Amino acid sequence: MAKVTVDGITVEVPNGSTALQACEAAGKEIPRFCYHERLSIAGNCRMCLVEVEKAPKPVASCGFPIMDGMVIKTDTEVVRRARRAVMEFLLINHPLDCPICDQGGECDLQDQAYAYGGDHSRYAENKRAVKDKYLGPLVKTVMTRCIQCTRCVRFASEVAGVPELGATSRGENMEIGTYVEKALTSELSGNLIDICPVGALTSRPYAFTARPWELKKTDSIDATDATGTNIRVHARGPEVLRILPRTNDEVNEEWMADKGRFSIDGLKRKRLDRPWVRAHGRLHPATWQDAFVAIARAMQGVPGERIGAIVGDMCDAESMVALRDLMTALGSPNIDCRQDGAQYDLSRRDFYTFNSGIAGIEEADALLIVGADPRHDSPVINARIRKRWLAGAFPVGVIGAPASDLTYGYEVLGDQPSVLAGLIDGSLAFADALRGAKKPMIIVGQGALTRDDAAAVLAACWSLADAVGALSADWHGFNVLHQAASRVGALDLGLVPRAGARSVAGMMSGGVEVLWLLGADEFGAARIGPDTFVIYQGHHGDAGAARADVILPGATYVEKPGTYVNTEGRVQTAFQAVFPPGEAKEDWRILRAFSEVVGHTLPYDDLPAVRARLAEANPVFARQGLPRFGGGTGVAPAGDASALGSTPFGRAMGDYYLTNSISRASPTMQECSRTYSQPVLQAAE
Amino acid sequence: MLSDKDRIFTNIYGQNDWRLAGARARGDWDGTAAILAKGRDAIVNEMKASGLRGRGGAGFPTGLKWSFMPKVSDGRPSYLVINGDESEPGTCKDREILRNEPHKLIESALIASFAMGAHTAYIYIRGEYYRVAQRLQVAIDEAYEAGLIGRNACGSGWDFDFHIHSGAGAYICGEETALLESLEGKKGMPRMKPPFPAAMGLYGCPTTVNNVESIAVASTILRRGASWFAGLGRPNNVGTKLMSIAGHVNRPCVVEEELGTPMREIIERHAGGVRGGWDNLKAVIPGGCSVPILPAATCATVLMDFDSLRAERSGLGTAGMIVMDKSTDVIAAIARFAKFFKHESCGQCTPCREGTGWMMRMMARMVEGRAEVEEIDMLDQVTRQVEGHTICALGDASAWPIQGLIRHFRPEMEERIAAYKARHGRAGLAPTPENLPVAAE
Repeated sequence: MAKVTVDGITVEVPNGSTALQACEAAGKEIPRFCYHERLSIAGNCRMCLVEVEKAPKPVASCGFPIMDGMVIKTDTEVVRRARRAVMEFLLINHPLDCPICDQGGECDLQDQAYAYGGDHSRYAENKRAVKDKYLGPLVKTVMTRCIQCTRCVRFASEVAGVPELGATSRGENMEIGTYVEKALTSELSGNLIDICPVGALTSRPYAFTARPWELKKTDSIDATDATGTNIRVHARGPEVLRILPRTNDEVNEEWMADKGRFSIDGLKRKRLDRPWVRAHGRLHPATWQDAFVAIARAMQGVPGERIGAIVGDMCDAESMVALRDLMTALGSPNIDCRQDGAQYDLSRRDFYTFNSGIAGIEEADALLIVGADPRHDSPVINARIRKRWLAGAFPVGVIGAPASDLTYGYEVLGDQPSVLAGLIDGSLAFADALRGAKKPMIIVGQGALTRDDAAAVLAACWSLADAVGALSADWHGFNVLHQAASRVGALDLGLVPRAGARSVAGMMSGGVEVLWLLGADEFGAARIGPDTFVIYQGHHGDAGAARADVILPGATYVEKPGTYVNTEGRVQTAFQAVFPPGEAKEDWRILRAFSEVVGHTLPYDDLPAVRARLAEANPVFARQGLPRFGGGTGVAPAGDASALGSTPFGRAMGDYYLTNSISRASPTMQECSRTYSQPVLQAAE
Repeated sequence: MLSDKDRIFTNIYGQNDWRLAGARARGDWDGTAAILAKGRDAIVNEMKASGLRGRGGAGFPTGLKWSFMPKVSDGRPSYLVINGDESEPGTCKDREILRNEPHKLIESALIASFAMGAHTAYIYIRGEYYRVAQRLQVAIDEAYEAGLIGRNACGSGWDFDFHIHSGAGAYICGEETALLESLEGKKGMPRMKPPFPAAMGLYGCPTTVNNVESIAVASTILRRGASWFAGLGRPNNVGTKLMSIAGHVNRPCVVEEELGTPMREIIERHAGGVRGGWDNLKAVIPGGCSVPILPAATCATVLMDFDSLRAERSGLGTAGMIVMDKSTDVIAAIARFAKFFKHESCGQCTPCREGTGWMMRMMARMVEGRAEVEEIDMLDQVTRQVEGHTICALGDASAWPIQGLIRHFRPEMEERIAAYKARHGRAGLAPTPENLPVAAE
């Protein structure tokens, strides 16, 4: 610790801090543009100049290391003049178009101009104009507004790991761009909008939509992937206008993946806003009562084991526990959350969660990725891996070649499961890297668990983790990386058929007579037998609704209060931001209402009661956050590690931008898919 | 005046053989191993005792700079980087060393590298010096062949490699940290200091960046002794210095002269005097375009050294004098510099990126006189807003010439404005109120 005096206030700050951090510790706000806590220090905006005793010139506090006994002054004539000077320089070539700028109201330059700017311009020359750049369908540019702080350049090259942005030309003519015009190939590109301190990079879909002060902000959880990204939903009236990430250092820091941020225009399209009942081959609008009666009639006389339910990827835990209770009441053991057919061992929670924790990635010192594509499974977790990799001494091995560059250095060890055996017996060189590590990490993706030999792969990965010392009392290096937001919650609720009951595959082709789909669209609805009576409860007119005999309109993740468990096993609660459209209802209420119609009234009438039921079903739901535990030795998931197959590991995700019913309904995501997922034609083609 | 026996650069005009044989005949590479045998500390102390101040412009004591290098390596190698990116307008001294005394530089680089524990030295040569770099390469090859550098250089047991890197012509790459960035293959943009290069320089390793001349004189200083060098010149401004005289003189030249010699004597004796006689002198820029201009009256008495010029609110810089006679439009001359600095600003930090363009445009109007008299003060304010607020010294360098102009030639600027108004009537720009408070204060 070092003692630093800031404007007469003495504070103690850790050695290696910067003058800016010391000033903040002393409660002095330092204006800044280029400095960002999570990016490298550029020191080029010069707004944070302060006076340091014995320094001949004012210094940029953002990059100036403190020394014991240093005396900093932030409120002197020199500092005031410097700040006014920098502000004047920034404004001379910045267009004064705040009234038509999307950043207006949340613009660092605007805010600081109020504080440090003059009331008129002394600049009598012509202003600079810069040609706008095309950065893809998500980020809109107005480059004349750019103040060359290079936050975006640093974000792209450091956090996103796509060094595609840079500055061309120099001096006044310096422009930020992609050198050759192209769309940014990052799944984190939306964060550029957040970090841009001015209106140079703004959201293309949100352009000219609203002012920040008009929006109602609601804390929520992103349900488009299994990261559990903390988000804030910005809505005006009934409409969600944008989603911004919330800072949570343990999960997403302050980043967010593009799918969660930009698929919101799908919330308004292809929505199911009233119940529908199929009669004579066609769906007809119906009342709730008609719909419930139609279902009850279809269920009449059907034995419990001929009823099945499939849980979708974006469900909240409340609706899942209600569905489970309903199915139990109906006498059905057939309930499955694994639309992709993945295999898990539910006997211990750490067999199916990301046990190191997302923040724990930064402690790890070696990583093996098995059948996962972190960049698309969870762009935010991938950024965390890259952050750790940038810190150095972090060997990364990958089994199963990823579809695209993972943005950090890695070694492809092969695509056969046999590589795992080679690592366990130490015959592969990478085994030494894992064995030599203090905190080795293994990430098992859905690509490894959706195979025929998944149980063997899981067992092999666990025994490898055990063999390399990843399962000690204070470090759990075995991790399962999920893709679906509902998956871990569903596994915690045990929504996997027991022996003898029907799984998703068993419910197909007439395996059940009545099939209840809770937001399930991704399992291949065409495989359902022609005589099966299908109930689709969900929010979008997607594959499941197209096949349904009765449609019950539900709510999306922003339209209901819900509990989500992310891939780590972290229990998080989302609040309701807007109301479901039309007659649509919160999903657990639909199930509760229906249960009454069939005479199996579920024993809860309000949200606290459902949540109490959740906690009763599995105690993990009783506590928000992440219960940490060390790795257990002496236990292992069921499965014969030696029964590995020989099929190469494949991808478990199709098009990143079109993985769920919301994103498939989103024009923005469709455009992203066209832009990014289709092969780019070369000139000669 | 410097006597011939005290000259360090005895072949600065290229009148003799520049190759190894010629250099040896002039005394280079004589007993180099013996110098190295004195050891690191002795060499650094000798350099400190000599009082040599950096010849690249800032005048930082060279021996002190060498002493900042780590004595014991933490595993990282140390580097010597020689700054041969001589891009300052009005300066052409390093080129003469590079093409006529290359062996003096190579030998000194070996000694300097040894003194700072570096096995590798890079020289960054401005790209326009293409033939110069070729000639230096020949000299390096000769030295390698003769075993003077390379493995066990001069039989001293010290391994030493010397590499040339040619720049691409950016002025900013003469700034030491921008030079390191450029040498690493990145865009030439200055780094924040601290950390200083001695802690984190080239490839993140301890590095000393020295001007060509600062390095090249080292071998002679160590051979003839610190006291000899310290005995030349004035206290705190010791030794000899290559000075280049350009502009309105009868015989522009590069000359080695003692520091502290009167400017007038240098111009009259070495450069054949001002065109049209001393009384035709209007102004001199004493040290390359980035130091403030001096009017004729000051030039008559000022001494050419660091402290004397500083006392006149100018600077020695690179000692590249630009002499202007009375035919010069001094406003246009400074406006040209403003254009140069605007063109060469790297664009990294705000005051320089925005300020140089602003100054250039105002100077362009000042040349015509299309301005208000109040704007001269505003221009001066803008220069002070740039000065001292930037990452590197280019901001200062762009501000000083204009400050010098306003300090010494304000009446001429006002006359120009008045003349323009007389031609065009009073239609001009609105006057600007000063020192309006802003909200945060």
